[in-house]
Amino acid sequence: MTSLKPEYQKKLVSDMEKITATNKNIATIGDDYAEKYGFHDPEEYFHKGARGINHKVVEMISKMKNEPDWMRDFRHRALDIFLSKPMPGWGDTKVLNNIDFDNIYYYIKPTRDQSNNWDDVPEYIKNTFDKLGIPDAERKFLAGVSAQYESEVVYHSFHENLKKQGVIFLDMDSGLREYPDLVKKYFATVIPAADNKFAALNSAVWSGGSFIYVPPGVDVGIPLQAYFRINAENMGQFERTLIIADKGSRVHYIEGCTAPVYSTDSLHSAVVEVIALDDAYIRYTTIQNWSRNILNLVTKRAVAHKDATIEWVDGNLGSRLTMKYPSVYLVGEHARGEILSIAFAGPGQHQDAGAKVIHVAPNTSSRITSKSISRSGGQASYRGLVKVHRGAKNSKSSVECDALLIGEKSRSDTYPTMEIDADNVKIEHEARVSKVAEEQLFYLMSRGLSEDEARLLIVNGFIEPFTKELPMEYAVELNRLIELEMEGSVG
Amino acid sequence: MTNKNRILSVNKLHVEVAGKKIVKGVSLQLNSGEIHAIMGKNGSGKSSLANALAGHPDYIITSGSAAMDGKNLLEMSATERSLAGLFLGFQYPMTIPGVTVVNFLRAAIKARNGNGIDMKNFRKVFKEKMKLLKIDNSFATRYLNDGFSGGEKKRLEILQMAMLQPKVAILDETDSGLDIDALKIVANGIVESAPKNSGVILVTHYQRLLDYIKPDKIHIMIDGRIVKTGGPELALELEAGGYDKLEAGISEKAGV
Repeated sequence: MTSLKPEYQKKLVSDMEKITATNKNIATIGDDYAEKYGFHDPEEYFHKGARGINHKVVEMISKMKNEPDWMRDFRHRALDIFLSKPMPGWGDTKVLNNIDFDNIYYYIKPTRDQSNNWDDVPEYIKNTFDKLGIPDAERKFLAGVSAQYESEVVYHSFHENLKKQGVIFLDMDSGLREYPDLVKKYFATVIPAADNKFAALNSAVWSGGSFIYVPPGVDVGIPLQAYFRINAENMGQFERTLIIADKGSRVHYIEGCTAPVYSTDSLHSAVVEVIALDDAYIRYTTIQNWSRNILNLVTKRAVAHKDATIEWVDGNLGSRLTMKYPSVYLVGEHARGEILSIAFAGPGQHQDAGAKVIHVAPNTSSRITSKSISRSGGQASYRGLVKVHRGAKNSKSSVECDALLIGEKSRSDTYPTMEIDADNVKIEHEARVSKVAEEQLFYLMSRGLSEDEARLLIVNGFIEPFTKELPMEYAVELNRLIELEMEGSVG
Repeated sequence: MTNKNRILSVNKLHVEVAGKKIVKGVSLQLNSGEIHAIMGKNGSGKSSLANALAGHPDYIITSGSAAMDGKNLLEMSATERSLAGLFLGFQYPMTIPGVTVVNFLRAAIKARNGNGIDMKNFRKVFKEKMKLLKIDNSFATRYLNDGFSGGEKKRLEILQMAMLQPKVAILDETDSGLDIDALKIVANGIVESAPKNSGVILVTHYQRLLDYIKPDKIHIMIDGRIVKTGGPELALELEAGGYDKLEAGISEKAGV
């Protein structure tokens, strides 16, 4: 994988080392989900709509946001599509068919205004993000931070010098207000409302998310980050993210997500559209760590133009059900797409994750690396598509799926699809399912590690190809999250 | 030797694997500072004895006793046996992808010392031991046994022994799969890096390792039993006549 420029990488690493040494805020979260992430705040909201979805709700959202007509119309059309489109007949249909759309809150506006000053954020929200380590992370090593709470971004800040270079990093609503033409040009071009039922729902009720534009030739260097937090029970969070990297530019975007622990389901259904114009480079990193009552049904898709590179680095922990398949459309010659993902399915969880790559132009290349861990009855599925269109000659793709099973009832399924319509194409596919072998455990235990330590070391080794692609602080956090997930897991 | 120096005491040990009797009453006394060799053909039960002593869950001890430093080994888990000072050099070391040699060793040493690990000292010792075993520095960041040649794996086992400084090291076929140069390096590594007061048991099929390490005692194992114990000269006898002759001789004596 292409990494950040060495000098930035170096700076990042040195910054991270400082944080690790002086500040344990991020590093120590994850010791206990219920305590560290699973708490919830009292609801002191500026606006909380009623449960359920209909045109009135859509109208209300659009009105509160004071949107242009085209967007309001787009929302209404999308709602019609959502209402008429059947539920997908694949994936975890049992869970999907049981979603009670009438019981969900589609729009909650926690504060009247967004703030760019941390002091102005309401105390209880500030405390939440403090606990999650966001302001520290921002101070230490991020170029920009956006913090979304329920439906709206409540805090946003961005480095002045990047602004001066013409880089735009806003929440999606502000993006629409301040750059209507740019948004209109690209919005829903990668993922139309009719793409799937949940993309249609998002299109109807979207709120928040990030809007990023990087002008030609600009290298953003250090990562931009967005943090998504669900607080209310039965909340539906529908953020909408649009990233455009203009010719020859580079940007790395990182998002993280958590939610309180509730006994009933909340819905997270984002739409993320990513566009890399000629020779641009975008890396999109996600570490989702949802509580186990979240249904995470997300559509993520990128388009890579000539000589452009798209990299999805996608870490899926938590949630009750995740269905997510980051995609890359390679539409320009020599475009490159990479998807590196891990999924961790614990008891009662189903991670249906994967990747799609569509080779449209000649001489394009792609690589998919998918790793899943199922433990104690968890279920992880890899669902992937590699499609090579007739014109995409001399393209190559490699797919590697690795599943690790821990415990007798754990389950792993692989659904790879290959559709090759071009000549002179090189496709590789490898799939492996392994168990944590008794012999491996014994080997490590014979060196003094406890059985739990041994198993954790094996799991951490298994996901190392993923972890090493993360900025160090995230790698540290991910390892801690895995440790938490592995606690008391019986082989 | 007095009992004071006895660091490993195995008495009438019987071991079963998957319901099959493999080790049939082995007794063995190892004193501090001694090197013993257990020799035998494939299937004679010598590797099973080594695995059972290290606490492998598939090797069931049905009767007998084993104590290290006066502590009952059989009541301890594999982890506890290691922490108490037992080391098993594996015949077939396991591959752990994604875990670097240095991180693994750090974890193993941390398990011994609690959280207090002197990184400066660790690095110094690590470098010294790698040099002794003629291991390239790049080993440190390679994944544990992943893509290692047979010889590299065996050297890594000795490196682990050198880092963990056990009281008793049982080295299971550490010489197999080594060419003559690698054998010399490994043999020298064992002699140089086994702690002064430790005891070492070399489990081997061939006597060639014993050309470089002179054991205090040699035990010949046949069909789950130690049938003969003697000094270094026993290896030469074995080399001259092979196991079959030895076996025949013993059978005659026993009147079988």
